[in-house]
Amino acid sequence: MARATSIQRRWMITIAAWSVGLLIFFPIFWTILTSFKTEAEAIASPPSLFAFEWTLENYGEVQERSNYFRHFMNSVVISLGSTLLGLIIAVPAAWAMAFSPTPRTKDVLMWMLSTKMLPPVGVLIPIYLMFRDTGLLDTRTGLVIVLTLINLPIIVWMLYTYFKEIPGEILEASRMDGATLRDEIIHVLTPMAVPGIASTLLLNVILSWNEAFWTLNLTAAKAAPLTAFIASYSSPEGLFYAKLSAASTMAIAPILIMGWFSQKQLVRGLTFGAVK
Amino acid sequence: MKLLVRILVGACALVLTVSPAFAETLTIATVNNGDMIRMQKLADDFIAKNPGIELEWVTLEENALRQKVTTDIATKGGQYDVMTIGTYEVPIWAKQGWLVPLDDLGENYDVDDLLPAIRGGLSIDGTLYASPFYGESSMVMYRTDLMEKAGLTMPDAPTWEFIADAARKMTDKGNEIYGICLRGKAGWGENMAFLTATSNSFGARWFDENWTPQFDQPEWKDTLDFYVNLMNDAGPPGASSNGFNENLALFQTGKCGMWIDATVAASFVTDPADSTVADKVGFALAPDNGLGKRGNWLWAWSLAIPAGTEKADAAKAFVVWATSKTYLDLVASEEGWASVPPGTRTSLYENPAYLEAAPFAAMTLQSINSADPTQPTVKPVPYVGVQFVAIPEFQGIATATGQQFAAALAGNMTVDQALQNAQQITVREMTKAGYIK
Amino acid sequence: MSTRQTRTAARLMMSPAVVLLLGWMIIPLSMTIYFSFLRYNLLMPGTEEWAGLMNYRFFLTDPAFFSAMGNTLLLVGGVLTITVLGGIALGLLLDQPFFGQGIVRILVIAPFFVMPTVSALVWKNMFMNPVNGLFAHAAKFLGMQPYDFLAVSPLFSIILIVAWQWLPFSTLILLTALQSLDSEQKEASEMDGAGPVSQFIHIVLPHLSRAITVVILIQTIFLLSVFAEILVTTNGGPGYASTNITYLVYAQSLLQFDVGGGSAGGIVAVILANIVAIFLMRMIGKNLEV
Repeated sequence: MARATSIQRRWMITIAAWSVGLLIFFPIFWTILTSFKTEAEAIASPPSLFAFEWTLENYGEVQERSNYFRHFMNSVVISLGSTLLGLIIAVPAAWAMAFSPTPRTKDVLMWMLSTKMLPPVGVLIPIYLMFRDTGLLDTRTGLVIVLTLINLPIIVWMLYTYFKEIPGEILEASRMDGATLRDEIIHVLTPMAVPGIASTLLLNVILSWNEAFWTLNLTAAKAAPLTAFIASYSSPEGLFYAKLSAASTMAIAPILIMGWFSQKQLVRGLTFGAVK
Repeated sequence: MKLLVRILVGACALVLTVSPAFAETLTIATVNNGDMIRMQKLADDFIAKNPGIELEWVTLEENALRQKVTTDIATKGGQYDVMTIGTYEVPIWAKQGWLVPLDDLGENYDVDDLLPAIRGGLSIDGTLYASPFYGESSMVMYRTDLMEKAGLTMPDAPTWEFIADAARKMTDKGNEIYGICLRGKAGWGENMAFLTATSNSFGARWFDENWTPQFDQPEWKDTLDFYVNLMNDAGPPGASSNGFNENLALFQTGKCGMWIDATVAASFVTDPADSTVADKVGFALAPDNGLGKRGNWLWAWSLAIPAGTEKADAAKAFVVWATSKTYLDLVASEEGWASVPPGTRTSLYENPAYLEAAPFAAMTLQSINSADPTQPTVKPVPYVGVQFVAIPEFQGIATATGQQFAAALAGNMTVDQALQNAQQITVREMTKAGYIK
Repeated sequence: MSTRQTRTAARLMMSPAVVLLLGWMIIPLSMTIYFSFLRYNLLMPGTEEWAGLMNYRFFLTDPAFFSAMGNTLLLVGGVLTITVLGGIALGLLLDQPFFGQGIVRILVIAPFFVMPTVSALVWKNMFMNPVNGLFAHAAKFLGMQPYDFLAVSPLFSIILIVAWQWLPFSTLILLTALQSLDSEQKEASEMDGAGPVSQFIHIVLPHLSRAITVVILIQTIFLLSVFAEILVTTNGGPGYASTNITYLVYAQSLLQFDVGGGSAGGIVAVILANIVAIFLMRMIGKNLEV
């Protein structure tokens, strides 16, 4: 009897969870579906779910108009570059904060986070002028620098909360065994820190990939990533739902796929020390 | 040793003769309108004719593009070699010395062939600073079948009264037919372009001779009352977020009885590939109120070269390629005469092949010729520009007032309230900018 | 545990991050402060002059300013409410055993990967458009008048779009927190005869409080500067109905190219953001022993 109700309950929860999941995912599904329709079918009323003529012509047209591959490569280089650079700077800082805290550590951390609250528009013109004078306009290097700086606080904080969970006793034990600082880092701490670093990396790649203010304003042709690619479809002439859907799908697909494959790692570290 | 040097020199010479010139790369900033996208597709022709020049395209939505090129030229960022700008920017930028004068584009360019109204708008003291890619005015596009069904005949030069009456008669909301589609999306180039041009025909003006804003005058109230009432009775839902592109989609899918907008739209609504109503469209001049001014504007998307560029010669070669008569022939041979960018050259309107392919040609030419940027209004004004005021502050002010008028259209505030806010905004900004002492 | 030596090492390890962020903050910020005291329009070079507090006077007396403050708070508050409540509900649901957990979790987190620009474009055109959007089709199918989301309730529509993007984030964090809840504790309270409601209030909610603070902190940081969604959907209108502070500063500096006014607005926004930050940090400091 109890078993029967528990199975029944399980089915009910399954139905509820799937309904919510599909509902949340629906806009993305619909976009992908529309990208395979013709323009006329894309706005047909009532819309058809699967019974339409599938076509790839939207993708062809988008590709003909913009060099997708270059935008894609720029996105990859910029988001990976800024994330790696950010990690190189942030790991030591977070490490120091977590293992040699001073009374001011907390203030420093909070100050770092508060720099993220500066509205970027407020400083666009100064940054633009500085970039012009240093020749960084429309370069990947320039964007890597900016994105590193704006995401640095989040990286430091995530890593800090993660490192804090590493029990100090382990360190002491290894020190007793005569391990040097270097051994300590390589053999004891790194393996424990890897999951946290991995999820920080993933989250930061996502944030950089989707950053649309600086990437749009500081680039022209050479370094423009996918955010600029999508900006040229935001209001084309006439019927454009299918083309817009195709361009949208192309812009989000890489990060969506990466996210799906790595969701376990991402989720594990996304706790910001919230789980005790 | 000597031999080595000789080999090296020889090798260098060989390399030099193989690639005769350094490949120059032009960065071209342009809007994602249909005609520009076509230009981008046809650009292989330019590359073939000009070896050694390569092209990089930055194609963006209008507002994003304007923001980027303006920031760039004002800070002398030097990211672009050719920029697509409009009749609003050209006089302001040229006065600042930001643009390369285009007075030596060569024989083939035939500068005297440009339509006088368009050429005038892009010149300062007779010197051309930007070359028109396509020019437009505004006119009425209407569904001949629905007009007939309503028992009416569209005159060539309708009055606002007739338009309002026809719009209400054509409306059939149950079947999603809306008598009239007009711009409602806030923006100086969106609803304010339409409303400013319309207000001219109602006798209104932005500023009097002392730069005092005029939104508190009865002419503006008439304009806005007329617009809001008409749209409430006969407009589509969500009109306050409809700009040019949204209305185009509505008209192409057969949901609008009439649409008053840019003349370039004519070739899109009559194109059977995109439009479901291609064979049922008629054209008429923008309406008037018998005051001597019609509600049509004048605009030309043009190619200009920023003064800082080191590649001015290559940039000029591109500008000539994209805006000369040969480009029109190229488009005609690839896509047909109806698709050529209109509204820039007299010769196009004398070309029988074009006149036959484009039923809207005569109306377009007449609309363009009837717009007068130097005397846009019934009463005298201190500014130039039909649907804009050619001062740098205008973009910001008109976008803010456009928001107020969009709110009035959406029913979030009354017409009086919107006008009062618009007046307040404009007085503030003009005071801040030092026009009002 | 920390000796003087390790403390020096720690300081050395922290310094690159601190110095870079200081530079990133101070250099542009001081330029912005300087510009905010100038009459400086990008379109009229050579006419810059000292303007004293004029830019601040105009920005603070702008009727749009107070609407924008209200809208910013509503936007942040609205999205936080939806995502926190929705996140708890979803977390509780997904924490139960059911078939296909992995796939459902993937479906739920997907919106987090979508670029803000793309999601705003898709929602605006394909869903909320009152003529061709899917909601309009649905309304017509049910025999109702299509609702014009972006014109009639623009701020609410934007809250909806932004909440859709951030719901996965809060769900994930809250779900992870729920999963770490001691099942013994739960069972013990069940033995005591506590119903699901009192169990939720007395055991689950206190356990989640830390995770909820984290969600609020992180999201507030990003929500204060929501921009792309507004630019794409409503351009801040109709009227000022969906203008937030960030958008207002944008309009000043990049629509009017009034660098002076925009800078003054930027400084005001920085001050406001810092007030929010101090408030938040107090809250976090209590709840989160960093």
